[in-house]
Amino acid sequence: MSELLQFLFSGLTVGAVYALVALGFTIIYNASDVVNFAQGEFVMLGGMLTVSAYAAGLPLPLAALIAIVVTAGIGVALNKLAIEPARGAPVVSLIIITIGASIFLRGAAQVLFGKQIHRFPSFSGDTPLRIGGATILPQSLWVMAGGIAVFIALYLFFTRTLTGKAVLATSNNRLAAQLVGINTNWVMTLSFALSAAIGALAGVLITPITNTSYDVGIALALKGFAAAMLGGMGNPKGALVGGILLGIIEALTAGYLSSQYKDAAAFVIILLVLFFLPQGLFGARHTERV
Amino acid sequence: MLEIRDLRSRYGRIEVLHGITLNVQSGEIVTVVGANGAGKTTLLRCISGIQPVSAGGIIFRGETITTVPAYRRIRRGITQSPEGRQIFTNLTVEENLRLGAFLFSDDRVDRDMEDAFQMFPILREKRNLPAGGLSGGQQQMLAIARALMGRPSCLLLDEPSMGLAPLLVQQIFDVVSGLKARNVTVLLVEQNAFGALKIADRGYVMETGRITMDGPAEALIADPRIREAYLGI
Repeated sequence: MSELLQFLFSGLTVGAVYALVALGFTIIYNASDVVNFAQGEFVMLGGMLTVSAYAAGLPLPLAALIAIVVTAGIGVALNKLAIEPARGAPVVSLIIITIGASIFLRGAAQVLFGKQIHRFPSFSGDTPLRIGGATILPQSLWVMAGGIAVFIALYLFFTRTLTGKAVLATSNNRLAAQLVGINTNWVMTLSFALSAAIGALAGVLITPITNTSYDVGIALALKGFAAAMLGGMGNPKGALVGGILLGIIEALTAGYLSSQYKDAAAFVIILLVLFFLPQGLFGARHTERV
Repeated sequence: MLEIRDLRSRYGRIEVLHGITLNVQSGEIVTVVGANGAGKTTLLRCISGIQPVSAGGIIFRGETITTVPAYRRIRRGITQSPEGRQIFTNLTVEENLRLGAFLFSDDRVDRDMEDAFQMFPILREKRNLPAGGLSGGQQQMLAIARALMGRPSCLLLDEPSMGLAPLLVQQIFDVVSGLKARNVTVLLVEQNAFGALKIADRGYVMETGRITMDGPAEALIADPRIREAYLGI
């Protein structure tokens, strides 16, 4: 029993990170139908930039804040320099552009930060907490709290603010959005900034547990993508549930089968979702009349 | 109020507007009638800014707006109810209306929404339902109401009667002719030439990207060529 609880704790921690990556996918997908495969690199940059700023002597919270802001800036640059000039291109081309951007960011990080593994200290120490016979790191609680906070913030943003609704309107009908006075380019820029910031936050939260290096992004992007697919692409609730489910499935696979098969879980899920549930758990209902 | 001078526009290499000149005076209802494919929708898209202009000019209240991006033209007072309604199907009726007033956040937004509900009571009933589930006629009402939420001085209406039952067509045309009382100038594009000319002050007839006739609406209705070609009488 305590063994199961232990697996659940580690699954929830990893799952919260996948959920954050999936939420990043969701925002950009909602605004533009593009699956941004550079999302994982935002997570890497969040961790790496915090490492650098912290090593330069800044206090950890400030270093983390700088990392998030700079990563958001990189997200904006990605949109302005690579996505916006290709406006009107098919979505597949845009997705390939984001893959190219992720390779570029990974290469640049390798040159700037080197190939070694980096880390910075946990926010609240490394003394594990004992709960029901299992243990959990305080940093895990930070990760879960971060995931839930971002989800709630996004939920309020999309349902309660006019700007959030403008993003939804742009994704639904770009032409009509322009006709009511929404600057759709600005909405895209905002979406990339938001996604990148959320990715960077995930990187900041998880690095004390998993450490980071220039190449952690690609695996996170794929896992986050699997989570988003499982939950239903474009749905924030789906991203949260999909991420946590995927984390738990991975942890259980690692615990009861073999940790060698841990990574396979995500890809088996992608295949199963595509075969049996292409819309995902919370996929868009189609009730449109024409 | 609105002046179009020798306007040309193309899709790729194919030119579809071959030099359109027309004007709309403040307070008028002006209609552009013509068959399917004449370029009426393209003309409206040029005026609202979502279709690039290749030559000629659009002058609104004395200012050239030919290169102003679409989302900035709303602020100047031009709103459009586009062809095919183009409502936000994933949002509720009320959210659609609220977004129509995206540029505004004052008390008038609520008053305008109340006006819209009075104009189209069915929208009040369905205010919290997803707009994608509305019937065609209700979506058309929503599209017009949303355009009015943007506080237009000049409203562009693209085929508001398309695909609607005759009773609804009459209701929509009644609303359009009622806009005069609200100081909204209307440029109405229609295939339903008779209905449009009946409520319009002046009309233009468009054929394959050119204006072929224009004049007071009553004169056009009475013209034998129009009667034969467009009114089916």
